[in-house]
Amino acid sequence: MEKESMNVSIPASLYKKIEEVIKGTDVPSVSGYVAKVLREKLAQGQTPGEAFSKEDEEKVKERLKALGYID
Amino acid sequence: MINPHGGRLIGRVLGEDGRAEALERARNLPVLKISDESISDVENIATGVYSPLEGFVGKADFRNILNEMRLQNDLPWTIPIVLDAGRDEADGFREGKDIVLQSAGGRPIAILHLEEKYEFDRDELAEKVFLTMDRAHPGVAKVAAMRDVLLAGPIDLLEISPTPFDRYKLSPKETRILFKEKGWKTVVAFQTRNTPHIGHEYVQKTALTFTDGIFVNPVIGRKKKGDFKDEVVLASYDELIKHYYLKERAVMAILQMEMRYAGPREAIHHAIVRKNFGCTHIIIGRDHAGVGTYYHPYAAQDIFEEFPDLGIVPLFFRAFYFCKKCQSVVNEKICPHPPAEQIQFSGTKIRDLLVKGQVPPPELMRPEVAKIIMQFENPFNE
Repeated sequence: MEKESMNVSIPASLYKKIEEVIKGTDVPSVSGYVAKVLREKLAQGQTPGEAFSKEDEEKVKERLKALGYID
Repeated sequence: MINPHGGRLIGRVLGEDGRAEALERARNLPVLKISDESISDVENIATGVYSPLEGFVGKADFRNILNEMRLQNDLPWTIPIVLDAGRDEADGFREGKDIVLQSAGGRPIAILHLEEKYEFDRDELAEKVFLTMDRAHPGVAKVAAMRDVLLAGPIDLLEISPTPFDRYKLSPKETRILFKEKGWKTVVAFQTRNTPHIGHEYVQKTALTFTDGIFVNPVIGRKKKGDFKDEVVLASYDELIKHYYLKERAVMAILQMEMRYAGPREAIHHAIVRKNFGCTHIIIGRDHAGVGTYYHPYAAQDIFEEFPDLGIVPLFFRAFYFCKKCQSVVNEKICPHPPAEQIQFSGTKIRDLLVKGQVPPPELMRPEVAKIIMQFENPFNE
């Protein structure tokens, strides 16, 4: 696998702690663990996306009614 | 409402003015004829099913998808959505210029704003996506038949193609508004390419117990020989929902997309697509999107471990069967009885009975569903 990666520093004590945590798990490395946790954290912080305009919604609702999806 | 993948629902279907202008311009543009499967991809990009993709992926994303199962911006993405062309054809296309994508019958489908042309290694693509290079695998066989050059760039869809199943065709924008209108905050998606047996119903209703609504989403398009025909799948689900579901809790709409049979990678792809439709959960069963014995039965569940940032929650189901002693559908975690008491939901067994004109026993299939299937002269793909 050709993976592009960058280095980030974490305290040595934290590194050792993570090494202990991942022992005997499927997580292959400290880097893998850190990437997984960060991705999880970043996904939690997503802001809600844009809503549809009133006009758009009404148009869609008409079609949904015509197809029998809503009364 | 759950965010679309990447945070924004893509919309690249031209309005009336844009379409008229594009069609006028198209007269002088070079043409590429594309397959029905590519037309489905174009529509899925344009209507936001494949958000955040705005077109066919370029080389950098292609490489990242193969190697890391992510787009260059780190978003999970496991199946490269690509458009192939012959070398001679590609030589006639210039990067930075537009191309008209046409159906085999010559109908203009979309404008491709060509940004990049690149070559690829078929074996690498097959091995990384399908985990095999065996040409007996339908996905590998398709890759082997791909043309030499991949064309990348955003597309603009001229209009959505009509199908015999338009009554069931909803875009992510429409399903999102539908779920909101129904007051569903949590929605579980069920991907299928089969008619429903009692086991499917058990899985769906178990998931529905913990969510506000279920989105039954049959995949319409190229399938394997012997699979149920699309119209049979839809008619059988209509019947099941009519008799056995609360109308306000179940919705069915089609997904026009080629089944690639890429097992674990395709399970993630299916999850992303359903997230774009507005689903918060997706049912992942045994050997999801698998074929033959190419994948471990639970590989399509295990792969979710690698995507803590997917956004949609997978609901895993392992083996389930009818237990004669329990007199209900059960699974290995809740039934203490020995295998002799189990009746497995064998698709082959159900199919054989249907072919012989026999109604499967009620512990395997609802009689109403069986009756509908048997009304079709030949319910299977040839």
